[in-house]
Amino acid sequence: MGFLITVPLIFSLLLFAMKNYASLNKRMALAGSLLTFVISVYILIKFLSSPAGFPVFHPNIFHTLGIEFVLGLDGLSMLLVLLTTFLFPIIIYSGFGKEKSHRSSFYGLIMLMEMALIGVFTTTDILLFYIFWEIALIPIFFVAILWGGENARAITFKFFMYTLVGGLFMLAAIVYLYVQTPGPHSFAFADFYHVVLDPNAQKWLFLAFFLAFAIKMPVFPFHTWQPDLYFTAPTQGSMLLAGIMLKMGVYGVLRFVLPLFPDALNDLGIYAILLSVTGIIYASVIAIRQNELKRLIAYSSLAHVGLIAAGVFSRTYNGLEGAMIQMISHGINIVGLFFCYEIIVRRTKTGNISSLGGIASKAPVFAAFFMVIMLGSISLPLTNSFVGEFLLLLGLFEYNAWLAGIAGLTIILGAVYMLWMFQRTMYGEVKEATANFTDLTRQEIIVLVPVVAIIFWIGIYPHLFLGIAEPAVKSILAIHP
Amino acid sequence: MFEYIWLVPLFPLIGFLLIFFNFRRLKGITAGVLASVMVLIPFLISLVLFFDLLSGADAKTVDLFSWISFDKLSIPFSFLIDRLSGLMLLIVTGVGFLIHVYSIGYMKEDSGFNRFFSYMNLFVFFMLLLVLGSNYLIMFIGWEGVGLCSYLLIGFWFKNQEFNNAAKKAFIMNRIGDLGFLLALFMLIHQFGTLNFAEIFSQSSAIPVGALSITMITLLLFAGAVGKSAQIPLFTWLPDAMAGPTPVSALIHAATMVTAGVYMVARSNLLFVLAPVTLMTISMIGVATALLAGSIALFQNDIKKILAYSTVSQLGLMFVALGSGAFTGAMFHLTTHAFFKALLFLAAGSVIHALHGEQDIRKMGGLKDKIPVTFWLFVIGSLAISGIPPFAGFFSKDMVLIGAFHSGYVLWALSVVAALMTAFYMFRLLFIVFWGNASVAADPKHPVHESPKSMTISMSVLAFLSIAGGLIGVPALLGGNDRIQSFLAPLFSTSEEILKHGAVVSESTEILLMTVPLLLILAVIYLAWSFYVKNRNIVQEEPERSFLGNLAYRKYYVDELYETVVQKPVAGLSTFFHDTMEVKVIDRFVNQTGNWVVWIGKNIRYMQTGNVGAYLFFMVISIILILVLNLFK
Repeated sequence: MGFLITVPLIFSLLLFAMKNYASLNKRMALAGSLLTFVISVYILIKFLSSPAGFPVFHPNIFHTLGIEFVLGLDGLSMLLVLLTTFLFPIIIYSGFGKEKSHRSSFYGLIMLMEMALIGVFTTTDILLFYIFWEIALIPIFFVAILWGGENARAITFKFFMYTLVGGLFMLAAIVYLYVQTPGPHSFAFADFYHVVLDPNAQKWLFLAFFLAFAIKMPVFPFHTWQPDLYFTAPTQGSMLLAGIMLKMGVYGVLRFVLPLFPDALNDLGIYAILLSVTGIIYASVIAIRQNELKRLIAYSSLAHVGLIAAGVFSRTYNGLEGAMIQMISHGINIVGLFFCYEIIVRRTKTGNISSLGGIASKAPVFAAFFMVIMLGSISLPLTNSFVGEFLLLLGLFEYNAWLAGIAGLTIILGAVYMLWMFQRTMYGEVKEATANFTDLTRQEIIVLVPVVAIIFWIGIYPHLFLGIAEPAVKSILAIHP
Repeated sequence: MFEYIWLVPLFPLIGFLLIFFNFRRLKGITAGVLASVMVLIPFLISLVLFFDLLSGADAKTVDLFSWISFDKLSIPFSFLIDRLSGLMLLIVTGVGFLIHVYSIGYMKEDSGFNRFFSYMNLFVFFMLLLVLGSNYLIMFIGWEGVGLCSYLLIGFWFKNQEFNNAAKKAFIMNRIGDLGFLLALFMLIHQFGTLNFAEIFSQSSAIPVGALSITMITLLLFAGAVGKSAQIPLFTWLPDAMAGPTPVSALIHAATMVTAGVYMVARSNLLFVLAPVTLMTISMIGVATALLAGSIALFQNDIKKILAYSTVSQLGLMFVALGSGAFTGAMFHLTTHAFFKALLFLAAGSVIHALHGEQDIRKMGGLKDKIPVTFWLFVIGSLAISGIPPFAGFFSKDMVLIGAFHSGYVLWALSVVAALMTAFYMFRLLFIVFWGNASVAADPKHPVHESPKSMTISMSVLAFLSIAGGLIGVPALLGGNDRIQSFLAPLFSTSEEILKHGAVVSESTEILLMTVPLLLILAVIYLAWSFYVKNRNIVQEEPERSFLGNLAYRKYYVDELYETVVQKPVAGLSTFFHDTMEVKVIDRFVNQTGNWVVWIGKNIRYMQTGNVGAYLFFMVISIILILVLNLFK
């Protein structure tokens, strides 16, 4: 268990210490992330054989002030760790076809980020959670600002300040809660769950946590940093942000907001859902008229995440179970979509949809992969996001039928903007930019195959994933039945 | 035998995968032959199953694996084989196989030959899932899956953006219906705790007729059917779908996929009979669609568009039957319609093939001697669809009309009008295309030619079925024993009992109901004959039309209406959200907040002057303030 977090850290430090080589840096990062993935699969096997006793890592580093360095896994953590360790090699390998400057630092930062994300998802101490949360912000900040496109400084800075401020509210709330724990005070999740709070305090604490997580996910209207940042960040950065980082927000809600503030949720939960559902429609409608491929993907992500948030705040079994599955599915699909974008831009030097067209006749293999990923993201049955969205909408329906009807518009609007995008980029006559479009290289196929495989695996036989999520969902909802 | 039912969808799936992954390697017509075999094998299996069912084998549910299951929710991946799915299996695989064979000839010259057959096999796979699913969610997989294949095949020639638009429109309109379907599923889970047909239908018997929840569920399910089966208001995608290759129009947009809505309602008949409001809605929408589409078909000049509107109209009649509780009638008409409409589309394809792609009937004429096989096949199809005895359409249409009669004279009369329109537009088409002057489109360099064997043979089988298919439902009145009624009785008898329609009409009424429409239809055909053959009224380029005629010719401006009412406002909203809300409201607010903080910081900075005197001053002032405030507490 300890290797899970130390391996990426060691690789990260090694990479920082290295010089820039033609290919050694990225190969090392790939090796490190693959090793981490193997470790996580090993942990998964152990986890499945004894679901009762979760693997725990407890190195006895420090005990001051009730802070303890403990890592543990339940179903929720397990799924997100798997998502992280699975996506990192893919994201790293996806950059192999393109040269960039300062490779050692770039990959060092990425490995540092993997360490931080695994920390966020596995720690059982809330102060460590906060620390990892902020550490994860640093690498993406540098990646976006140093390797980003036009206007990267201003956009990244805004994102950084925005999430930092959200984080500070959360820190204040954490300290308040810490003081409420029975002495000697502690930061352990378990002790926090036992704190009894009066409803008024809950409201304020809820708002503080909600702000932090809503900015991170993001939930409408705290999202304006997102499309700009996804657009300007290097594609690998966008993959990290959309594929994994935003799940930190959902994770936070599941881990803290739902268990800690039941009374506040009874009063204010409806507003959170209303914002989420508004975001679904709002983002989908905007996506219809986007002419920039990467922005379109960004807005589609916003819409999908809105549905995840709505499902989570519905506090139903189905909603939570769906959220867990959909976090995985969304992570896989969005990375796939961004990679398809990257493939197009590498060849045509443009992401402008109106200057694309006719790619399917030039590159049928690419068209097939892109189509599957596109269908996955409009949740066609037998693809991964159908299972997730079906359960999410079902959960939302149990909460309120009308809201489910409105949120369900996403399946129509999603088809509208995705098919329109696909038609204009892939079909029609070949244009100037796409005249010499070559089909996929081997490296690109190797990236896309696992993505497509997972899309079908979860879509056809989601048993494993549903099984891992189920006890976690039950225990989250059981804290305040 | 029934345990091996999973083989039936497996073969076309394998066919799809084999062709899809070898689309560059397969040469010549290999892919077409392979794809046809992959539909033939399931057809043979279905035949065996069907005869088992005929000899009284019980319905059976075959569980494959658990799909989505946790907590209380359990949705297995399982198949249900009973008389209804058995009948549909035969139609899907039988007609499907014939159309595959036909396509080998039709698509031979096309560079996308292999891609075409991979999609066709995929379609058959999803259609079989739809038919075989033992719960609503498996049905929904097939339901959306056939929608996807329809999308892929309408936009098959994807270099043409017009075709792509048609494909996208089909998918999106289907999705609108699918949202209703999905919401119905949620309500079913809420109400029954399951989506399995067997459990839902056994529980539903305890629910009183007219319960609000069931009315809602059935209305939402029907919304799904409206999308898939192209009824008002979601019918406009089907005529556009004719952009796809003609065999696709025959298989997907006439014989199988578009009838899925009818199948679904018939499958759920035990729920629908509990909701009289829904049944009435279905009848009304059905008859309105039949009339609207039929009237549009009267004025169209594109051979495939006429057939497409005809399909919409016939589907409307099937819904009239469903709404009247004549579930057998609907399924019977679905069956015969699959035969003769597939035949008509394939024959139309043969005409188009002979004229090298010409689809405008104004440029056709005098083809009866040049392509005699196609001509006779077309005649059979036209007689069958118009309901001339002893062709198949006569018996099924009769059953539909008797069903409508039970619901009232008005519904019956309107359905008869729709049937008359059918006869007129079909014979108008037949007379213009095959009689009269030699076709304008005939080009001396490319003489008009009869289609190859693979095409004519499949059409001949369908023609045979269009003639003899009605014999499964000959009413007792004509000395038949109405086999389809007794075959489907285990599925529909309970519902028909609940509706109490059992009251049999007297023999004389039945004779009247049979002969009056028939005489009228014959009169209409004579009218068409005198108009287009005797008086040689050649269709002009732009004839003078009455106000109503022009309205129908322009398809009642429904597309334009949707564009104004839906598309443009949504596009406007999109621009508004992005340009105004996003940039000028939300983001500006966020940036302003940031600016304030900076501004406050800038000004507070001046307080840290390093001047001890100033600090002391603030301290004293603050202490005084605190004390004063405490005084008032």
